[in-house]
Parts: sequence; structure tokens; C-alpha cells
Amino acid sequence: MTAPAKKPRARATPVAPPARPATWDVDALIDNEATRIIVCCGSGGVGKTTTAAALGLRAAERGRRVCVMTIDPARRLAQSMGLTELDNEPRPVSGVQGDGELSAMMLDMKRTFDEMVEGHADADRAEQILSNPFYQALSSSFAGTQEYMAMEKLGRLRATADSEGTWDLIIVDTPPSRSALDFLDAPARMGSFLDGRFIRLLTAPARSAGKGFGRLVSTGFGMFTSVLTKVIGGQVLRDLQAFVGAFEALFGGFRERAEATYSLLQEEGTSFVVVAVPERDALREASYFVERLKADQMPLAGLVLNRVQATGAPMLSEEQALAGAERLDEAEEGELTSSLLHLHAQRMATLSRQHHLADRFSGAHPGVAVAEVPAFAGDVHDLEGLRQVGRFLAGELSR
Amino acid sequence: MARDDIRLHVVSGKGGTGKTTVAAALALALATGGRRTLLVEVEGRQGIAQLFDVPPLPYSERKVAVAPGGGDVYALAIDAEEAMLDYLDMFYSLRRAGSALRRMGAIEFATTIAPGLRDVLLTGKFCEAVKRQEDGEFVYDAVIVDAPPTGRVTRFLNVNREVADIAKVGPIRSQADSVMRVINSPHTAVHLVTLLEEMPVQETIDGVEALHNNGLPSGQIIVNMLRTPLLDDDELAAASNDTLDRDTITADLKAAGVIGRRGATTAALVEALVDEARDHAERVELERQERDRLDRLGLPIVSLPLVEGGIDLSALYDLASQLREQGLR
Ligand SMILES: Nc1ncnc2c1ncn2[C@@H]1O[C@H](COP(=O)(O)OP(=O)(O)OP(=O)(O)O)[C@@H](O)[C@H]1O
Ligand SMILES: Nc1ncnc2c1ncn2[C@@H]1O[C@H](COP(=O)(O)OP(=O)(O)OP(=O)(O)O)[C@@H](O)[C@H]1O
Ligand SMILES: [Mg+2]
Ligand SMILES: [Mg+2]
Repeated sequence: MTAPAKKPRARATPVAPPARPATWDVDALIDNEATRIIVCCGSGGVGKTTTAAALGLRAAERGRRVCVMTIDPARRLAQSMGLTELDNEPRPVSGVQGDGELSAMMLDMKRTFDEMVEGHADADRAEQILSNPFYQALSSSFAGTQEYMAMEKLGRLRATADSEGTWDLIIVDTPPSRSALDFLDAPARMGSFLDGRFIRLLTAPARSAGKGFGRLVSTGFGMFTSVLTKVIGGQVLRDLQAFVGAFEALFGGFRERAEATYSLLQEEGTSFVVVAVPERDALREASYFVERLKADQMPLAGLVLNRVQATGAPMLSEEQALAGAERLDEAEEGELTSSLLHLHAQRMATLSRQHHLADRFSGAHPGVAVAEVPAFAGDVHDLEGLRQVGRFLAGELSR
Repeated sequence: MARDDIRLHVVSGKGGTGKTTVAAALALALATGGRRTLLVEVEGRQGIAQLFDVPPLPYSERKVAVAPGGGDVYALAIDAEEAMLDYLDMFYSLRRAGSALRRMGAIEFATTIAPGLRDVLLTGKFCEAVKRQEDGEFVYDAVIVDAPPTGRVTRFLNVNREVADIAKVGPIRSQADSVMRVINSPHTAVHLVTLLEEMPVQETIDGVEALHNNGLPSGQIIVNMLRTPLLDDDELAAASNDTLDRDTITADLKAAGVIGRRGATTAALVEALVDEARDHAERVELERQERDRLDRLGLPIVSLPLVEGGIDLSALYDLASQLREQGLR
């Protein structure tokens, strides 16, 4: 086997064909030994964590040795996967059938950041960074830190997998975020911000003072620091300077570090799965994401369309159901049956709205393979539930 | 429910549960009958403009809607950088210097690196609007904030307490104190929007605890996107026990002339309808469990229905009147 299971790239056709999404062979993706990393992306609440876990379980039960990294899983799902230890390390999941193995972990972003520092500095230096107030804010509440640390941890897991042969497939969930693109962009954005010109000026004021352009910069800069000092306090600035200095000495800059991890995503063997629910906002986000992967030449395995309305009676249209209910209501009989017909009509209405949205997506991205998972009545909170999602993903079951 | 003395309504909740929608509906509800409200956005997403179908909001208060029975809804999208310039002007008379710094990108930098500075600016701005008076009367009868999600709202609202810890005296200290007085006043309430699903409900429960632990005033729980059960309790029970009477349903369907397309047999139809009823019953049961968990919080709860087909302006007015009917007026 040479390459990860990629889908042939879409070619735009001048006349839009009837939207027929390619069916997606999910098993081919997870069975392929060349697939080493699968990243599940999508906008908030669409089912990224559920999909990551379901793919992980299915891959393991089909014989792979899998590690799933989840981020903030729902409590009951976490419990059922044995994710009660908060030590930021993968633990074996029990109850997995077959020859494969499944380990799972829950990302602890602060801990990942701390470990990153500890792994690169001697004890004194590490302590100096860890106790820096700016570092503490950065590692616990900065926008982008979670994404940055998810990538960092992925890099670490991959290194462990390579050196110790622990896993042959790593599946990563991504942080809840309005935009699916945040996972790709936040680390670099944070990196370039921290490597930006103001921090450079702050950390090396002496360098820029004195001559030519330097003086120009430094006039503005003098004002800048004085205002900054007034507004946010001198201590914050000193903390920031100390932190950036110490950190750069260790890592040669944030941006490089972020870029190195990002490149992991562009390697052969990495595939993206984009998750969406059949609603306008979520599909719009999925579209942006698909476009972006194409632009960056990163392989998209397919779209998971999650929580699709299902019905066992597609042959009874919304209108027919409502007309029937009306006749019963007029005759003042069959109250229960009338309610059942209303219920069905509501489903059919939702279903046709969802189909319309899904068709629009497929019309715009005809090459993107789609796997549909129905909306279950209850939520997905145990291994059996994940298995069931897996069966739908693989097309073993359909709505 | 005597809510009419609340002047600052902060609307939070899990991402995507409907904070922006509910905040807008609340602003309409509270403006109804000749009052004036200000709807504030703090995350720079122009969600309010989209909702009211108006051009992107500038950094100034604009009228975006007229409430039923007269009454105006104004809106403001607070921009942290602009607020920083106000701040520099107010405390250091540095408006011009501020503009130069902004062009250098320094303002963006400062609002990004200084933990909490952004939140200080945002909270300072809307608390000013809450207190603003003209001719001895409040300019706004109520201010409604479309706030950050539950996980961040406590820190957001309490940031001025941290500032007060650092700045012991001076103008910044008195500004921080005055913002905290507004936020901690009995005229402020933090509402949490949720769905009847496990994760948002859990986040609401955690959120209420966090508010409580930080001395912040919790207001209403707003259950959004609620589906009204189409079956009564007996029917739901029969549906989940699989004791719905198939013969009766079959007879009714025949009487009503309901025949599916493509030669579907009535038996298959009946089975499908019974399945759908069972699903529905399971969903309703889950929602009841989540509702029970919310009830145990002991806070007032209001509900808003799921609007099929999505939210447009008329749906927003409808949600507003439903909030009024439930005492939010
Ligand atoms: N097909 C489905 N049917 C019913 N419930 C589902 C389905 N898929 C996911 N859920 C439920 O929806 C909730 C959200 O799912 P999940 O946590 O996987 O989303 P997410 O995209 O990871 O969310 P976040 O952006 O908050 O991280 C969970 O309670 C989960 O059990
Ligand atoms: N009662 C409702 N019925 C139907 N759709 C709704 C309802 N309330 C909100 N929505 C829709 O749900 C989506 C999310 O709502 P909204 O943007 O208000 O949530 P939010 O909590 O502000 O999200 P975010 O966390 O992204 O800011 C929107 O598409 C909105 O139109
Ligand atoms: Mg998740
Ligand atoms: Mg919003």
C-alpha cells in the first residue's frame, strides 16, 4: 500500500449534475495501513467528538491499534470510554471487541503546555516559565491555546507512536469552535502574534534604539510602552518580556513551533474528516473548510452528515399525512392516529429541508464523499452507541 | 415575577444554543409599549445586524427595530479597540496618541496580550450605558448583552474585580469599582440559554454554580428550541411500551384515505408511524430528564419553541411576545 485512501479530486463541471454525492468507503480509509492520522473537524456541536470516537472504535474492532484524542467529551461518553483519569495520557478502553486495540485520552491543554515547557527546559528554567503570570494566562485562557495544544499533543502522540510502535492510527477530535477553520488557523495566528513586531520591540528595545529607521520605530515605541505601562501596568510588560525571552531560548519562537506541528497535518497519511449537521450554518462552515483543504492541498476523506432526520415511511409525504390528519380531525375521530400523522408530517418537513441543504452542498462540492448518520432519539453515550454510529458511517446500515 | 426592576440583562449559554437570538428577542420584549432598550454585542461578529437585517453596526448606538406598541431597540457592537481609545482619552487625555498607536497596530496588540484588558473595556462600555442619564432619567430602560458563552462569562463579568486587586487607587480603580457596582447590583441578572440536551444542560448547571461562587446574580434559565410533544402522556407511554393499538391505527388510516405512494402497504405505514412515535417518546423522556435537572436548580425557567425553518424578523417578534407572556417584560 502506498498512499492513504484519498478520494479523486473533484473537477468542476460547467453544468451542475444532479447532486449525487459519491458514497464514501469509510472502512477503506480506516483499514488502510497508510492512514496514520485522521482529524475530525467541524463547527460547534455537530458531532466531532462522537465521530472521532466512533471511527476509533470501528478501526480498532477491525484490527487497528488506535489512539483517540478527545476534547471535552460529554460526561457520559467519557465515562463509558473509561476517560476518568485526567492525566493527559491515553489509556486502554475496555470492552473493545476483536484483535485491535483502542486507547483514548482527553486533552488537558494547560498540562500539555506545561509538559511542552518541562520537556525542553531544565528544572529551574521550566519553573521560571511555569510561574510567570503571563504564561499562566496564556496557557489557560488565551484564544487559540486549545487548538495550539491539540496540535502539539498530536505531535507528541505521533512521536510516541513512531518511537514505541504503540499505535498505528491516531484519531483526533478538535476543540469546540464556531469555525472549523480555527483548528488550522489558530496556532499560526497565535504564533505570529507572539512573534510579532511588538513583542520583538519589547524584548529587544536596545537593538532598535539609536539609528535611522530604528529611531523612528523607537519614538513610537517609547510612547507605546509608556501607554501600555500605564494601562496594563509595568508588571504585565515585564512578565511578558521575561516569558518571551525564556520561551524563545527554548523553542526558537512560537511560529516555528506552530509551523512544525502544522506540517504534520500535511504529511502523507493524514486525512481530514469534516463533520456537519444538515443545517445552513454548519454546512456553510463545512464548505469553507473543504475549500481551505483544497487550497492547502490537504486530503479530505469525506463529509460526515450527522443527525440526519430519518423515517421509516418516506412513501408518505408531508402533504398526504397532513391531509389524512385533517380528515380525521374533521370527523372528530382517530385522535391518536391524527397525532401520529402530524408527527410524521413534521419529520417529512425537516427531512426535505435537510435534503435540500445537503443537495446544495453536494452540488457545490460534487467530489466530496458523504456518509450520513441519522439523528438518534437518545444521545450517543456508550460503546454500543458508537458502534452503531460506526455502522452508519461505513454504510453497513442506512437510514 | 417582578423582573421589571432589572436594568442589565446578560445573556449567556453554551455555544450555539441561541444566545444572540434570545438576547435580541429579549431586547424587543423589554422595549414593548414605548420603552427603550440597548442590545449590546461584544464578540465582533455582527450577529445582531444579521438578525435584524441591517448593515453592519458601527461603534455607536443605532436604532435597529421598533417594538410592538411603540418602543425602540437600539444596538451597539462594542469594538475593543475603539473602547480602548475611549479609555485612553478618558483617563489620560490621549485620544490623538491613541489613534497613532492604533495605526501601528499597538492597540490591537495591547487588547490581545493583556489578560482581561479586553473584558475591562467591554464591560466598562456597557455598564456606562446602563447608568447613563439625561435630564434625570435613564437613557435606556434596559441594556441586554449578548455575552460570551457560559465557560467564559464569569471571568468576563468579574474581570473588574481582578483589576481592583491590582490597581489600589486612582482613576482605573474607581472605574473598576463602578463597573462592579453595576454588575453586582440587584438590578442585574445573568440569564443562561440552554437546550434540553445533556451537554448544554450540564454547562448550565456548572454555569449557575460558577456564577453563584463568584457572587454574580443569576436570572432566568431560558430553554430554547423546545419542541412541544404531539402526543399526550398516555399516548407517549403506549408508544414507548409498544402498546399502541395497530388495528385502530390501521382502521383510522383507511377511514382517512391515507395510502402511501408506490404501493406501500398500510401495514408497513403503520409500523413506520409506530416507530416514529417510539422515537418521539424516547426524545420526550430524555428532555423531561434534562428538564428535571434544570428544575432542581430552583431558578425561574422560561421556554421558547423551536421555530421550524429558522429565525427571521417575524419569528423574532414572536419569540419576544412569548418572553413577555412568561413574565419577562
Ligand atoms: N447522530 C446523533 N444522534 C443523536 N445525538 C447525537 C448524534 N451525534 C451526536 N449526538 C449528541 O450530540 C451531542 C454533541 O455531540 P459531540 O459532543 O460529538 O459534538 P462536538 O462537535 O464534539 O461538540 P463540541 O463542538 O461542543 O465539541 C452529544 O450529546 C452527542 O451524544
Ligand atoms: N427558537 C429557535 N428556533 C429555531 N432556530 C433557532 C432558535 N433559536 C436560535 N435558532 C437558530 O440557531 C442558530 C444559533 O443561534 P444563535 O446564533 O442565536 O446562537 P448563539 O448561542 O448566539 O451562537 P454562538 O455561540 O455561535 O454565538 C441560529 O441559526 C439561529 O437562527
Ligand atoms: Mg467535542
Ligand atoms: Mg451568538
